[in-house]
Formats: sequence, C-alpha cells, structure tokens
Amino acid sequence: MEATIAAEKSNTGPWTGGGKEPLGSSYGKMMMWFFIISDALTFSGFLAAYGLMRYKFLDSWPIADEVFTHVPFIHGHYPMYYVAFMTFVLIFSSVTMVLAVDAGHQMKKGKVTLYMLFTIIGGLIFLGSQAWEWKNFIGGTYGALELQDGKIVQFVDATGHQIALEEFVIRSNEERVPHTKSNGLWFVNDAAALPPYTVNEVIESFNANPEINLRSEKVDLNVKHKIILSREEATRYLANATSVVKGANLKVNEYGKTLFADFFFFITGFHGFHVFSGIVINIIIFFNVIIGTYERRGHYEMVEKVGLYWHFVDLVWVFVFTFFYLV
Amino acid sequence: MAHAESHTGLIWKVFGFLSLVTVVEVILGINKPESLHLTNFLGTSLLNWIFLILTLVKAYGIAWYFMHLKQEKASFRRAIVWTAVFLICYLATLILIEGNYMGDVLRSYTKWNY
Repeated sequence: MEATIAAEKSNTGPWTGGGKEPLGSSYGKMMMWFFIISDALTFSGFLAAYGLMRYKFLDSWPIADEVFTHVPFIHGHYPMYYVAFMTFVLIFSSVTMVLAVDAGHQMKKGKVTLYMLFTIIGGLIFLGSQAWEWKNFIGGTYGALELQDGKIVQFVDATGHQIALEEFVIRSNEERVPHTKSNGLWFVNDAAALPPYTVNEVIESFNANPEINLRSEKVDLNVKHKIILSREEATRYLANATSVVKGANLKVNEYGKTLFADFFFFITGFHGFHVFSGIVINIIIFFNVIIGTYERRGHYEMVEKVGLYWHFVDLVWVFVFTFFYLV
Repeated sequence: MAHAESHTGLIWKVFGFLSLVTVVEVILGINKPESLHLTNFLGTSLLNWIFLILTLVKAYGIAWYFMHLKQEKASFRRAIVWTAVFLICYLATLILIEGNYMGDVLRSYTKWNY
C-alpha cells in the first residue's frame, strides 16, 4: 500500500503546482528530504570535529561516565540512566509523530490532533531534560584544580572514587577580596563568581589528609582509567595549581579538557535548537490541524513533512547519544 | 480521498525494537565489559564498534519505518541514503585518521611529569 498520498494539484496560472512528481515524491517532501541531507552533513561535520579532537587527545579525554552521573531526586553516581530516559522520550515522541502521520493518511482529524499533542509534550520533556543536564554540567559535581598549563587535577579517596572539595577542604580565615573595577580591573566583570575555596586552602587541606590522592587527566590506555598520582608526584603537580574550578563552561571544565565542554555545549545546543524549532513548527501544524486546514485541503501532507523533520531530530540524537555518552 | 491502510502494528513493533536496542546499549555502556572495552580493532575498541553498529541499526529503523523511506521509490531512497552515507564515511574516515596522526605527533610534546 502506498503510504504517500499525492497532494491535490491546482492547475490554474502559469505554475501548475508541480503536477509532475520526479521520483514519485511531491515537491515539498523532496525539498524537506534535501534539507535533511544538508543538515545531516552539518551535524556530521560537528561530530567529526569532535572525533578529531578526541583522537588528538586520546590519552586525556574526559570519561563520559564520570561526567554525566545525575538522576533527579536521587543522590549518588548513576551514569547513563538519565540520558537513556531522554533518548527514550525522544524515540517515543517519534512514535507518536509517525502515528499522527498514519492517522492523517486515514483522514482521522481527532487522532492526528491527539498524537501531535503527545509529540509536542514529548519534545518539551526532552528540552527540559536537556536544560537540566546542562545545569548539572555547568554547576559541576566535585570541583577540581587547574594547573598553569590548563590541565585539570581531581581529588580521589582511598578507593579511587572522586570526592568533592567541600568534603575535605577546610576554609582558612584568610580574607578574600573580590576584584573590583575601581581597582583598575575594568576587564573583570564576574566579581561575584568567586570560586568556593582558594588554591591554598585546597592544597593545605590535601596535605593534611594523607588518605586523599590526586588524579591527573591522563588516561592509562591499557585499562582506560585516569592515572592516580603518588603523594610525591601530587605535591609537584599542586605547586603548579593556579585556580579552583567548579563546574564547566566554555573556558574551564572541572571534568578535564575544556574542549569537551565546548563541543558538548555546541553540539547538544545545536541539536536542542533543532528540537526547539521542531516543537514550534509542530505547534503551528497542530493548530492548523485543529482549525481544519488539512481537512479542507483533503490531505495531511504537511503533517508528514513536519514529521520528517521531527524524526530527523530524533535520528541526530541517536548519534549524539552514541558519541557523547557511549563511545 | 484515499484511505490508506493503518500501519500502527508495525510502528509499535519498530518502537519496541528501537527501545530494546537502546536498553542493550545502556547496559553495555554502564557495565563496559572488559573483554570488549579493553580491546583494539581498527582504531577503537570492539565495544565502540558494537555501539556504532547498534546506532546505525537504530538509524535504519528510524529512517526506513518512521520516515517512510521504505515506501519511497528506490531511486529516491538511493539518492538520499547513498549520498549521505558516502559523504559522511568519507569525511569521518579522513578526519579521524588525521586526528590520530595529530595525537601521535602531539603526545611526545605533552608534559605529564611536573
């Protein structure tokens, strides 16, 4: 059975409405497909660039399982679960979308409306989850020290598990003066974002706790774990520490390479923007369905076209999920 | 207007399959079995190859059944799939080889002993 239903053609005026359908596909659908190919190549370019940098820094790339470990309302270390939920939500919204298309083929306006609504809700849940994931990544989990050359060192307990700075750092009484513009630091405008501890406080607390170890960014490629330094090595590393880092942004990243954060924000942000625009288009089509535009037109091809875009967003997520969280 | 037959059953089956593949991926991703994770085959571990193949399987499911590529004319389908697959493989291969080379060159200049 042919699932694609030809658009009704008007043959008035010089433009015949594209009565000839090359390759059996209507003009609108074909152009949507061509747009999707070009967009797919754009995303491929981004992901390939991520792959380039990952291979370039193969022995010091952050391990995703240690970065994305949060689950709402539960404390602890739960890698993958939340992002698996997000993937599931997006696949499910794809299903409701294809069900809407299917109902459109049968001209069932009520069902199309309902399934479009589910699709929009699924998209909103996904976007919200993505925002929550960003919030955790930006806020950080443990905190770390940045060395002079930009490398990150993290703190682990005797069992090799990472521990947060606030678990062992004792605040000294040294006075901390925020940068102010009146002191000539006109280029500093984030005076409020003072890191939670000073470098000296962290180093002193580290020296006072012999059971705590320092972990470098370097990955032992034989076992695929980051290397834990001896106490002597740690002292030499700490002599180079310049700042306390909590969380991740485009300049520093407590989990390791800043490039990881840059790519994460850029690629998931670009994908999230696609989801956002998909939701907006879905809402427009949703209201068109309600007011009966497609019922009068005699076919629901617009639902099919926006469906293609929505599935594409899901398709891209499948790859982003693999390359950021699994591989 | 034509009343096309409903494909609801097939859609739910595909959904079940995609969910199953995702669950398998997540289980492997959490456990990372050492016999697969600590191997090297053509530039990456066997586990990563499994992830890549499962991802392509999912992409196939979405494109063929949700995006209805299966029902398009073969010529149209090929125009889309072959173009994308060829260009993406080409791009990824060259860029990843180059990244590997950059890593090899850079490694000896990166300081790890302070």
